[in-house]
Amino acid sequence: MSQSAKLGAIIRPPPTRSGPLGWVRANLFGSWADALLTLLILWGLAELIPPLVRWALINATFTAADSRLCRLADGACWAFIHEKYRLILFGTYPYDQQWRPLLAVVIITVLFALSCNRRIWARWLIPLWLGGGLLVALLMWGGVFGLDYVENRLWGGLPLTLILAVTGLVVAFPAAVLLALGRRSELPVVRVLCAGYIELIRGVPLVSLLFMAAVMLPLALPSGMTIDKLLRAQIAFILFAAAYLAEVVRGGLQAIPKGQHEAADALGLTYWQKMGAVILPQALAVAIPPIVNTFIAFFKDTSLVIIIGLFDLLSTAKSAIADPAWHGFYRESYLFVAILYWAFCFFMSRYSQWLEQSLKRDHRN
Amino acid sequence: MDEPIIRMAGVHKWFGAFHVLKNINLTVRRGERIVICGPSGSGKSTLIRCLNRLEEHQRGRIEIDGTELTGNLRRIDAVRSEVGMVFQHFNLFPHLTVLENCVLAQVRVRKRPRGEADAVARTYLERVRIMDQIDKYPGQLSGGQRQRVAIARSLCMTPKIMLFDEPTSALDPEMVKEVLDVMIGLADDGMTMLCVTHEMGFARSVADRVIFMDEGEIVEENEPDAFFAAPQSERTRLFLGQILRPTAPPL
Ligand SMILES: Nc1ncnc2c1ncn2[C@@H]1O[C@H](COP(=O)(O)OP(=O)(O)OP(=O)(O)O)[C@@H](O)[C@H]1O
Ligand SMILES: [Mg+2]
Repeated sequence: MSQSAKLGAIIRPPPTRSGPLGWVRANLFGSWADALLTLLILWGLAELIPPLVRWALINATFTAADSRLCRLADGACWAFIHEKYRLILFGTYPYDQQWRPLLAVVIITVLFALSCNRRIWARWLIPLWLGGGLLVALLMWGGVFGLDYVENRLWGGLPLTLILAVTGLVVAFPAAVLLALGRRSELPVVRVLCAGYIELIRGVPLVSLLFMAAVMLPLALPSGMTIDKLLRAQIAFILFAAAYLAEVVRGGLQAIPKGQHEAADALGLTYWQKMGAVILPQALAVAIPPIVNTFIAFFKDTSLVIIIGLFDLLSTAKSAIADPAWHGFYRESYLFVAILYWAFCFFMSRYSQWLEQSLKRDHRN
Repeated sequence: MDEPIIRMAGVHKWFGAFHVLKNINLTVRRGERIVICGPSGSGKSTLIRCLNRLEEHQRGRIEIDGTELTGNLRRIDAVRSEVGMVFQHFNLFPHLTVLENCVLAQVRVRKRPRGEADAVARTYLERVRIMDQIDKYPGQLSGGQRQRVAIARSLCMTPKIMLFDEPTSALDPEMVKEVLDVMIGLADDGMTMLCVTHEMGFARSVADRVIFMDEGEIVEENEPDAFFAAPQSERTRLFLGQILRPTAPPL
């Protein structure tokens, strides 16, 4: 640092053309190919944006008692979202009780936000999520403290999607770490079992896993015993996510040089101490981008539960347009849930970038 | 003083079909300083790595301070906590600060309270003259500084034996001395040391015994003066001829 500063005093860097015009010339019209591309993109935007603005804003209907007004205008019908947002967000959860799933969503979001603070990880991360999870379960099911009991058959929409995804990831992640360690174990039985499991699950599409959970799991159970549909889907998700995450974690483990293992061994650390304090912190840090990638994919994959009849966010959006009175406003409905999905995924993606940067800043090589 | 701290008897090791260590017999007394040298691939690293079972020997017997090294994992961990090792490439933990590197094993293995471990770490970091860098990460240090931290990290476990595997050969020439000085200081304090090194000046001034290995065998061992002045075997003479005049002027 100080060296380059000293040099800078003697030899100045070549002057850069500054100002907005300079920037435009350097970045948008640097060469003939650049210029052509810039013009092409500008033309594309000019074609695309005005009709979109006309549809979404200028010609849109924001309030309407029923769909007739909407059908007269040729813009978006946001009145439809206004009419149906509670159905889309909360599904068939009893209407007057919908503050409960709303609170559950808020709690999960707050937990996410709190988890962003790396300083609380060591002590608070696990109790925080356990407590939060308990609270969410309490709110959703009720049956105590004067809350009416609500069967999970009636759950739907955003809270269902979040619960499926978050529970799935929270349970699958530690399982994935164990599977990844097992796959690199020195014990042949452990190694073969873990590798077998991972390869088996990765060779089957999630959809068929969900079907199997829905149709085959009950066959395997003793007669008279049933597992709830939601739980079955949840189990299928955990099995699936664990296998994929395990491979990602294994990639991280492979990136750690042998010398790190040897140094930890030479100090007398046991296997679990070595993994917990030396290898995993480094391996997981390396694997953050692919882990978050898997998280995002998995979050969106929860929409597949529609095929076994659970009402996740996408299913409720679909059922909202099934109402004959508001038939046909699928654009608005799907756009609405797309924005919700996007908000959560974008948050995860930005968070992972930030985390990666902050870890790199700490122990830059 | 009389009871040997390391006893290797008839030790053999193979990597697959390759016979790396052939009938190694070596006893080291408490406080003895031994330098091991020999051509590349002669099995020097493998030999000292067998002493804390980073490598497993297949025949013979290795005893460290009265404990025999076998497959017993708890015994291995116990021996490892008594035997410090310094690597050619330092192998510091990059995600931990200098201080945390030195505290980790003390707390986890020695079960020292954090405050005490901290104090011990500071003592040794002071000794290797790193005190002003303790909150940095290894990636922010020079090679010589990293190696000194690595030595301090091992010393924090208050080991009975220190193993060094070419501790200076990954360093730029101007940093070799700062690391050798730390090692000389350790030797003066009476630490039992086994060093694989080609620093013959260090061997001459510090070692009680120099061991020459070639093709997996201990070819010759002697006190440094006799070793350098009157090597017994032809192989030793050849090796010394190369190592003591390493930079033949280019034609
Ligand atoms: N894990 C391993 N698997 C197979 N062969 C190995 C392994 N480790 C070392 N060897 C071989 O064993 C021989 C001795 O290796 P060792 O590292 O002990 O040599 P060395 O004397 O330390 O050499 P150098 O001076 O290059 O460090 C070499 O031929 C090496 O290729
Ligand atoms: Mg070596």
